[in-house]
Amino acid sequence: MLALSRWKIIVVLASIVFGIVFSLPNVLPDSALARLPGFLPHARLNLGLDLQGGSSLLLRVKTEDLRKERLNDVAEEVRTSLRGAQITFSELAVTNGVVGFRVTDATQMDAAISALSRVGGQLKGGGRDITITRMPDQRVRIAFVPQAAADDARNAVAQSIEIIRRRIDALGTKEPDIRQQGVDRITIEAPGESDPQKLRDVIGQTAKLTFQMVDETVNPQDAAAGRVPPDDVVIQNSENRGEPFLVLKRRVIVSGEMLTHAQQGYDENQNADIEFRFNGAGAHRFADATSQNVGKRFAIVLDNRVISAPVIQGAIIGGSGRITGNFTLADANQLALLLNSGALPAPLEVIEQGTVGAELGADAVRAGAISLAVGAGLILAFIVLAYGLFGVFAALALVVNLLMMFGALSMTQATLTLPGIAGLILTMAVAVDANVLIYERMRDEANAGRTAIAAADMGYRRAMSSILDANVTTLISALIMFSFGAGPVKGFAWTLSIGVITSVFSAIVVTQLLIGWWFRVAKPKALPIA
Amino acid sequence: MKFWPLIRLVPRATHFNFVGLAPFAAILSALLIVGSCASVVVQKVNFGVDFVGGTTMTVTTPGPAPLAQIRADLAAMGVGGGEVQGVGNGNVANVRFKDVKGQTGEAGPAFVAQQLAAKIPGLKVTGQSFVGGTVSNELLIGGLKALGAALGLMLIYIWFRFQLQFGLGAILAVLHDVVLTVGFLSVTRIEVSMTSIAALLTVIGYSMNEKVISFDRLRENLRKYKTTPLAEVINLSENERLSRTVITGTTALLALSGSIFNPASALFSLTATMAFGILVGTYSSIYVALPVILLWGVSRDEEEAQPVKLQQRR
Repeated sequence: MLALSRWKIIVVLASIVFGIVFSLPNVLPDSALARLPGFLPHARLNLGLDLQGGSSLLLRVKTEDLRKERLNDVAEEVRTSLRGAQITFSELAVTNGVVGFRVTDATQMDAAISALSRVGGQLKGGGRDITITRMPDQRVRIAFVPQAAADDARNAVAQSIEIIRRRIDALGTKEPDIRQQGVDRITIEAPGESDPQKLRDVIGQTAKLTFQMVDETVNPQDAAAGRVPPDDVVIQNSENRGEPFLVLKRRVIVSGEMLTHAQQGYDENQNADIEFRFNGAGAHRFADATSQNVGKRFAIVLDNRVISAPVIQGAIIGGSGRITGNFTLADANQLALLLNSGALPAPLEVIEQGTVGAELGADAVRAGAISLAVGAGLILAFIVLAYGLFGVFAALALVVNLLMMFGALSMTQATLTLPGIAGLILTMAVAVDANVLIYERMRDEANAGRTAIAAADMGYRRAMSSILDANVTTLISALIMFSFGAGPVKGFAWTLSIGVITSVFSAIVVTQLLIGWWFRVAKPKALPIA
Repeated sequence: MKFWPLIRLVPRATHFNFVGLAPFAAILSALLIVGSCASVVVQKVNFGVDFVGGTTMTVTTPGPAPLAQIRADLAAMGVGGGEVQGVGNGNVANVRFKDVKGQTGEAGPAFVAQQLAAKIPGLKVTGQSFVGGTVSNELLIGGLKALGAALGLMLIYIWFRFQLQFGLGAILAVLHDVVLTVGFLSVTRIEVSMTSIAALLTVIGYSMNEKVISFDRLRENLRKYKTTPLAEVINLSENERLSRTVITGTTALLALSGSIFNPASALFSLTATMAFGILVGTYSSIYVALPVILLWGVSRDEEEAQPVKLQQRR
């Protein structure tokens, strides 16, 4: 095992070069890094939020709200379809996740069911996404199939991630990391962003924009008591000029998806407003609605609040318009940003939020670096004192190991967190353990009367099974941590795994090479550790 | 060639009667386990916001942090479960609270941060973390699942590499270590966060490492001395690997000792937990895992197993 084979020398030299080349960017100042030739790696250690400072948010997509909305949509479709087919019905309502109604005339039952043939949508894999069931007493119930719910939720999460990304990018935050976690969770990590409030502001609003007609036939007393026609809805008015709420038609004329562009501008009184353009379909529908309703009012509704309810002066056919309200400049800018990036399919709930200030992160890095350096120094000194020349070899192997670990961590861009640093520290101890096992074996073999070279060789052979078993068990626990753990634990597990692999390599192969070379040069009669 | 004298922590040949001390060790272990459980029941574990939900905030002030004033201000804001702790050189404080009266969810921390900054001139919030109650339970359940899965896989691996009783001995010893480490966390009031779970898992990893190395030597000696009583083989094996045990243990503790220089850092509680785990893991290899094997017995003729005769079935 101590033979100086050529491949062994090549592999060790290659790993040292690898370690140096990939660790180098971490110690170079920025200016030197910029001048490094292009073929050399430039990536530094990817520090976690706890080390470099930044903000993180864990959000939940409120899919149950989405569900409710979809059921209400179905109820509306049922209402229009039945009316279109001139079927009388009553008790149309959404209860416990099911849309139900009662057909007044039993003879119209079949007609009612066939009128509903176009309600609902298609599943991705084909088939209808709702089931319609006839119940006793001329009742009908409509429910979503389970797959529809799952599809909706999945789409909502994917769409939310896309929209959040667009919104945060517009903020100019540096490289936010946005990922799905579990079924309905989204994590956002924004390094360097010390104010999570800014992030929350742009994701806290769903920004669902609709244009709806105001129903002025309902008198305010009835509206206050909630007595409105079934196709009307009462909505809070945030303009609030003596009108705390408005009665609107449920039917949406144009919605936010039909906007192509929105930007902040100024109205004739130099107040901030939002100017927008509709796409073709939107412009067409808006032109139709405004030309048919001159003199009436329509309402611009944002997230279930009326932000403006102007009177239609004449047909608006250009496809562009403006929203005026009591906006501050910042509000108007933000709203334009939100409208441009699209509405979130469902509201988001913040379930976890963290910020680490840049100073706090720097403190943690300093503490980690000091601990690592002191730990490494003590280990090197101790191992040299305990094993003399062979200790020096083990110490050199440990240095190679550290180089390879930093190189591998920089190369894979695995996130290094504070627990990760603790993992690195312990990995050093485990790396040395492999050498301790080997050297103790050599001692035993030498004491048993073997020659120096035979004892050294047997030391490696005999210690191998212990080293292997010990490191496989460590890898098992790292693997489990990786598959079950949340963010910080994952980083730790990755660091540990890299450390196990590099330490076995350096503790065995690197020291073998050094000891083999020493035997060749010094031709010793006895082991320095015996 | 002349070599410099080496430090030797352990004499070349030792003859400790490890097995002879086992009954006393069993009593000690039992007492420690009871003590740990009692501490967990009586004064609980100091779970951080990662697990129980709530907010932690790190605030920095230009001069020494006015802890009493921060406490009074928190109380005046209607903060529930508020705790204030000075950190490091005195101008940093950790503020922890469960909730704020009249503020829901993540509005609470924002409110407190703003109020504190207004009331104490120069105060800056340098770090903050808020966790809603819902995540906490999942974390705990996820952690327990991970622990179970890790132990299960290790049991299978050791069973495969050694014998079933070795695996069970190792698992019992590791459980013993986990209980004692949790007891240690409870007694020292170290805040238990996600990173403590990482520390706990590392303790398990190190402890398992010790067991495997101890078993490896035992297996080898069992093959060598086929007729020697098991207790003697165990004593022999442990004496043989004593030097390695001491040196590796020392190295591990030395590696961790670097963080002593920064007791304020979160790293310190992590490494303190690991250091405790290393001591306990080394102890339990000798006095929990091996006694289980001793009491159970091992099959000694494993190596001379008859070649299996393939029976032909018709």
